[in-house]
Amino acid sequence: MPDIDAIAAGLADHLKKRRADYLEARFEESETSHITYRGRELESIGRSSSSGGNARALVKGGWGFTSFNSFANLKERLSLAITQARSVGSGQSALAPVPPAVETVPSGVARNPVEIPLADKKKLLDEYNEIIWSVPGIQTSSIYYSDSRKKVIFLSSEGSFITQERADVNIRLTAIAAKDGEVQQVGLSLGSRGEFSALKGLHHQVKEMAQKAVALLTAPQAKGGEYTVVLDPVLAGVFVHEAFGHLSESDFVYENDRMREIMVLGKQFGSEKLNIVDSAAEPGLRGSFKYDDEGTRAVKTYLIRQGKLVGRLHSRETAARMNEKPTGNARAISYRFPPIVRMTNTYIEPGALSFNDIIGDIKEGIYCKNWYGGMTSMEMFTFSAGESYLIRNGKVAGPVRPVMLTGNVFNTLQNIDAIGDDLDMNQGGGCGKGGQSPLPVSNGSPHIRIRRCLVGGK
Amino acid sequence: MERILSLAQKQAGAAEVFEISTEETLAHFEANRLKQLQTSQSTSVALRIIKNGRIGYATASGSRNSRDLVAAAMETAAFGSEAKFELPGAQDYPEVGVYDSQVSAVPIKDMVALGEAMVAAVTAHTPGILCDASVERGVISVRLLNSRGARSSYRKSYFSLSIEGTLIEGTDMLFVGEGDSSCRPLVDTKKITDVVLRQLDLAKNRAKAPTRSVPVIFTPDGVSVLMMPLMSAFNGKTVFEGASPLGDKVGQPVFDKAFSLHDDPTIPFRPGSRPCDDEGVPSRRTPLVSHGVVKGFLYDLRTAGLAGRKSTGNGARGGGSPPSPSPSALVVTPGKTSFADMVADIKEGLVIEQLIGAGQGNLLGGDFSGNVLLGYKIENGKLVGRVKDTMVSGNVYQVLKDIPAIGSEAKWVGGMLYTPPIYCQGLSVSSKA
Repeated sequence: MPDIDAIAAGLADHLKKRRADYLEARFEESETSHITYRGRELESIGRSSSSGGNARALVKGGWGFTSFNSFANLKERLSLAITQARSVGSGQSALAPVPPAVETVPSGVARNPVEIPLADKKKLLDEYNEIIWSVPGIQTSSIYYSDSRKKVIFLSSEGSFITQERADVNIRLTAIAAKDGEVQQVGLSLGSRGEFSALKGLHHQVKEMAQKAVALLTAPQAKGGEYTVVLDPVLAGVFVHEAFGHLSESDFVYENDRMREIMVLGKQFGSEKLNIVDSAAEPGLRGSFKYDDEGTRAVKTYLIRQGKLVGRLHSRETAARMNEKPTGNARAISYRFPPIVRMTNTYIEPGALSFNDIIGDIKEGIYCKNWYGGMTSMEMFTFSAGESYLIRNGKVAGPVRPVMLTGNVFNTLQNIDAIGDDLDMNQGGGCGKGGQSPLPVSNGSPHIRIRRCLVGGK
Repeated sequence: MERILSLAQKQAGAAEVFEISTEETLAHFEANRLKQLQTSQSTSVALRIIKNGRIGYATASGSRNSRDLVAAAMETAAFGSEAKFELPGAQDYPEVGVYDSQVSAVPIKDMVALGEAMVAAVTAHTPGILCDASVERGVISVRLLNSRGARSSYRKSYFSLSIEGTLIEGTDMLFVGEGDSSCRPLVDTKKITDVVLRQLDLAKNRAKAPTRSVPVIFTPDGVSVLMMPLMSAFNGKTVFEGASPLGDKVGQPVFDKAFSLHDDPTIPFRPGSRPCDDEGVPSRRTPLVSHGVVKGFLYDLRTAGLAGRKSTGNGARGGGSPPSPSPSALVVTPGKTSFADMVADIKEGLVIEQLIGAGQGNLLGGDFSGNVLLGYKIENGKLVGRVKDTMVSGNVYQVLKDIPAIGSEAKWVGGMLYTPPIYCQGLSVSSKA
């Protein structure tokens, strides 16, 4: 591995000789390991290492960005970014001011997960795979495990010099059941900010997952149409991320006058019970960090408070263009990409209701649990439950095939009429945007109830 | 590379080194204006070894130390899966044109001008629309060596144009877009923007979708929704595991007679083409469905070894991952019916250009469903307007079993799929009241 500390230190003074309105460089080194299973057998096991960097320059509102993983001719690469920015820029640069920071932030994990012996990781995954296969009716299984450790050094023409380390572990297990040409699957997705031990002790959950997949083979399909739906914390977390979180990313708003009208601060988006937060400042979650990839300190940002839009997620540029405070949400998945506005840990704050309070007065509805996927087009969203159950006369009845929920974001937020007291953060999966995927994030919620939600089905 | 191979060969016996280098340049437009110029350079190397019959794997991107790379691969080989295949020996590779030196020669100012031309055409047609556009060019160099004597080395150039427009009225949002890519420089922006203008024209009026089962025409972009479950079913891995609904159907008519599908990495100057796959197996055309009959599946070396088959030359490495079966360029054989005739045939139905969330259903079982991001209503043989708040769902095996017609006008979608529109019947549609 190249010594990126020395490379960055050697460049710090050079960066301050401003030939651009703003100039930054990022250097990164990382290592990862992965283990995958398809079926009974381990399919792939591997290690990787990576190092590289980039330079980004701003001149008269235009950006130049160059990424590389050869460290030769670094000063020329910086000059290239500046030349590119010059040929783009024709207006005025705007960046919200942030105090320059010089700091080293350790990963905070007791043990680098990449260095844990592969034998230990494989042993745990073998146990989980055995459990899946022990359930009658299982056709096959898949397991994807990965871990990483990463060091990123950020330096800017304004004098920031920030070294941050982080670690990440991520697992997705899937049980696939088949009978008479029918195939059904249930997955379990978990992650942690670098603590391998967080993935231990899932034996009971893994068994349940496999049993549910088999049970789905005989479950009926729900009839499509509008229902009252109740989402568990995992799926409600996906909902808040997909349906509202992406809408609050200012890069889609700041140059778009019509979008600014829709997302005007103070507008009522939901009932008074609804509070939505994004915060990288919560310690120890997968979306947590101290500084974002522009060197801005992470803060807790209320997006919705008592149903009103009160904030949004910013990079330094979007904050300046909208005359708002930067929130530290400019993130890049790796040195190959410029930072863009992203979520971190996004959640609905808990209310006062128990689960029974929430379902008690539902005559006919659907209880959706667990995550399968989600996607948004700003106005419209779709997200898929991993498991679904009918609700009849205030009680959870039998399972149905997992449903896909879809709707208009604005109407659906207004239709959330009950919020539980049981906030839980989901650490699995990752987020994709602008070709940068999967970015570690977390999302969460208590149980919530949505009236008149469109459910796909027969 | 030679040094890594000889080090690895000494310690493991069998070894393979794969190196990929890219240089790319991108002009990115945001909100109708040039926003960023971007260049990137990267090189990465992957080492696969077979030690005592087990596979070890390690990659390094950026600067690397050969010994560390070999040591990492050796460590993983202790736990690796059993290698039931041999690396290929020296091979003759077909000539497949994928490099045009003119691509790197396109000046940045010309790339910017192409982007400006696309933005200008769309904004002139629809005032108030905001466009993001990108113009990208690049060159990829690939080298592969293995201990059995396979040697492959080729360069591929690519050039792409794309534009996406967003039109907002109140809280109503319309998303339109089109793109094209090639191994040669592209200059025809009108071909792209004409598609976008047509989308804008068709979306001007609004129409209400019914809530019942209706016929649907999937445009070429829409067909990619049908391809998602099929790609999982034709993947040799899924077949080997017994999870593919097509696994035991080779030689049987599963689809409509009009439906034929193959994979072809040898089409000249297509971004998915190459002389050999990422394991050094020569490229060739692989039939998947011929006149409705299932013909075969896609294999890489490892999966083929497990299944007792031969690799079809579909071993692909995505983002540093070990090789895995993957299509290179899927081709749906065009039919004889024009799009206009399909529309004229339908009393009440939909045209689907884009669904969101379509990959979330039970793909293995062939189910797909999604919310219509861009689609139109057909009434009495005419396109009458855009539909919204509408879910479409179906099962690909039911839908493609009996197809009223396959279109005659095929095009490339996303660089990797060549397909005409497909006219399907009996899709379940539910629309918000």
